[in-house]
Amino acid sequence: MSLPPAPSSTRSTSAQPGSAPATSAGLAPLIVTHNLELFYGKTRALKGISMGIQERLVTAFIGPSGCGKSTLLRCFNRMNDLIDHVRITGQCHIGGEEIYGRDVDVIELRKRVGMVFQKSNPFPKSIYENVAYGLRLHGTRDRKTLDEVVERSLRGAALWDEVKDRLHQSALGLSGGQQQRLCIARAIAIRPEIILMDEPASALDPIATTKIEELILDLKKEFTIVIVTHNMQQATRISDQTAFFYLGELIEYDATVKIFTNPAKKQTEDYVTGRFG
Amino acid sequence: MTHFETSIDGLRQRLLTMASYAAQSIRTAVRAVVERDDELGRKVEEDDSLLDELEKVIDELAIQLLLRAPLARDLRLIMVATKVSHDLERVGDEATAIARRAQDLNREPQLKAPIELPRMASMVTEMLAESLDAFITGDCTRARAIIPRDKQVDALNKQLHRELTALIVQSPDNTNRCLNLMAISKRLERVGDHAKNIAEEVVYLHEATDIRHTQRVSIDTPPAAPTS
Repeated sequence: MSLPPAPSSTRSTSAQPGSAPATSAGLAPLIVTHNLELFYGKTRALKGISMGIQERLVTAFIGPSGCGKSTLLRCFNRMNDLIDHVRITGQCHIGGEEIYGRDVDVIELRKRVGMVFQKSNPFPKSIYENVAYGLRLHGTRDRKTLDEVVERSLRGAALWDEVKDRLHQSALGLSGGQQQRLCIARAIAIRPEIILMDEPASALDPIATTKIEELILDLKKEFTIVIVTHNMQQATRISDQTAFFYLGELIEYDATVKIFTNPAKKQTEDYVTGRFG
Repeated sequence: MTHFETSIDGLRQRLLTMASYAAQSIRTAVRAVVERDDELGRKVEEDDSLLDELEKVIDELAIQLLLRAPLARDLRLIMVATKVSHDLERVGDEATAIARRAQDLNREPQLKAPIELPRMASMVTEMLAESLDAFITGDCTRARAIIPRDKQVDALNKQLHRELTALIVQSPDNTNRCLNLMAISKRLERVGDHAKNIAEEVVYLHEATDIRHTQRVSIDTPPAAPTS
């Protein structure tokens, strides 16, 4: 039996406003923010976030409620644009392109950056139509192509075997865990580069949670995943990198094993050991 | 203090109790040798079961705490506690072995030669006490300073072996007593090893740095087949 290679060392990082993006050493990140700030009216919810997120890794965002982790996640596919009185400054690049540029097509951006929410939200349509929806929206009409993509996406979401005999039944008849995997299948059907997940397993039982976590570990072979979680153990199980946020600031960002065994910052240590506040 | 912190504190306290018994056992075992006192030897043997029991209690507490999925310094403390308690249990075993050798030695007249066992015993019990002080205080400088002293203990053990071998050559009547003294010296040398292990664990606990076995080797290459 061969042992897995030892994890490469990573530098401990704590982003300061205006500093170079925090990232793992040696690799070009897919998502880069520089001094990113977000205001809800006069409230500064994100404070000078500079970080780089690596391709085909799972990056976990952790921190207490209200720390800005979901807000930052939603910046990556401009979901915050839908909220009134939101103002964003700084830079956010995906694949080298500034996503807040004037010429950016937000629909195209969201095709590149899919999202899965805390509560599963299947459309009141058949299982098949849920997965095919995005493709139809983007103009795919060919039945054979749609069939292939639906099957590939459901297999990719580890749901095919459970639903292949009832593809044309309502998605609302699936269990909560199955509905969440259907939402993942719907997200991957349009082949995004990045999948954002906002507490995707927080409403699921342990068995369904395990399936989602196994799925995330499989999906990172093809996709870059950024996940918000309140579950520290979940972050240790599935993520490669972890970022800890507090009061809108990125406090520490490093390899997950470092964050959960030997964090550099006392605030991080206090949070992960449950001694916060 | 939260329930979890209370449990962690309980683990730490059990470890300190165990450490206290282990250090006491070694001191008593060496007294049994020096004072030629069988009663002290029997006391060490009896107390060994306490250390065995404490090791099991600490393991059980560690399992209960691991169920709560601790992280960072809590995780390191639990891991270190199980390793240190194992070292302390082995210190108890060394003390018991010394006590048995002491009782065997007492069946014969004392060897008329200056053998530096008390000095060696004093070196290893100091190393043990200091490693445990470092554990309590989190003083990694002190913990690191213990590690090179193990080499001095090793050297003293070798020196004693040479002296005792010479005594056997001088007079075969000395053989049984010299072999007992060699065994005691070796057991004390092992206590030094356990104290060094504890010191290394203290550094890991407080700095999250693994300072054991500093020579790095590849573990991914399978060992070459032995040549015939």
